[in-house]
Amino acid sequence: MADPMKIRASLVGESTEVKVLMAHEMESGQRKDALGQTIPAWFIQNVTITCNGRTVLSAQWGTAIAKNPFLSFKFKGGAKGDRIAVTWTDNRGDRRSDEATIA
Amino acid sequence: MSVARGLVALIALALAPAAVRAQDSTADAIAHYRAALQDGNPAELWEIRGADLWRQRRGPKQVSLEACDLGLGPGVVRGAYARLPRYFPDADRVLDLEARLLWCMVRLQGYTEADARGNPFGEGSARKSDLEALTAYVSSESRGVKMDVTLSHPQEAEAYRMGEALFFFRAGTHDFACATCHGEEGKRIRLQELPDLATKAGAQKAYTTWPAYRVSQGELRTFEWRLYDCFRQQRFPELVLASDAAIALTMYLARNANGAPFDAPGIKR
Repeated sequence: MADPMKIRASLVGESTEVKVLMAHEMESGQRKDALGQTIPAWFIQNVTITCNGRTVLSAQWGTAIAKNPFLSFKFKGGAKGDRIAVTWTDNRGDRRSDEATIA
Repeated sequence: MSVARGLVALIALALAPAAVRAQDSTADAIAHYRAALQDGNPAELWEIRGADLWRQRRGPKQVSLEACDLGLGPGVVRGAYARLPRYFPDADRVLDLEARLLWCMVRLQGYTEADARGNPFGEGSARKSDLEALTAYVSSESRGVKMDVTLSHPQEAEAYRMGEALFFFRAGTHDFACATCHGEEGKRIRLQELPDLATKAGAQKAYTTWPAYRVSQGELRTFEWRLYDCFRQQRFPELVLASDAAIALTMYLARNANGAPFDAPGIKR
């Protein structure tokens, strides 16, 4: 199973700043191993972030995102104590969900 | 002929300051790159995994490492890394963190020496290193704590003396010493600036920023890995993990870093 994410969410003025660190290989499918065999692509495809169940970010990712990706964004309408839930799904069908509260 | 030579000299004069400027701006750009990465340092992923491993009951004896004494009492992690390496009476030896973790994994958790040492340097999600994760967690608990390595025990003083001797010892096919690259101000390998580790400021800057997430490898690396890889680059024999030599060099550099606030796990290119 995938390793946990590190999520930080804090109120900055009127908006909420969310920072997410995900543990993933993000293999591009362009690399070859020592035997010359192509290493198959393996990457996060969908990212969904909700605040108290309401979707605030939905993204489709490809192979051009770095290993162990870091995602930072802001949205309006969050309040202290709201639950931020992050879910990613990769192209092998593996998924991981983690939560944090807005500080 | 003399005109041509004069022209060459003029061009050289004109180019010299430009070359210096280019190098400065490159160093600035690298500093900027590091600052941009600092915010989302993936080393935290290793810290989380290490904290989990620290608390889990593991090994043949099903014991958690919370019974492991890192020098400040069993289970005390906060500030422990800033005081290592140190002499441990139960082991009757000076140990750095990696060596102490191995000692606890063998004596407390019942792993064989070979199992505990099995995978010191991880490679991707298929071959994760527990030792790197544990080192990341324990060292993170010393963030902001001032380095305070003592030489009060004779074995600690001996380790420091041996580390200093090793630092300046020239050997191998290239007649290298650590001091060849790290004993002078302003040296670099490609674009990587090399700290002068023989000075207090250089040792402080270097020692307090390891372990670190290496962006080029996508892995967290420990201080022992840094020494191991420097040995490889010098074409020395392989530096054995937690050996007297590795611990002595760590002792020399950790002691020289005394007084500086510890600031790792960091992030490096």
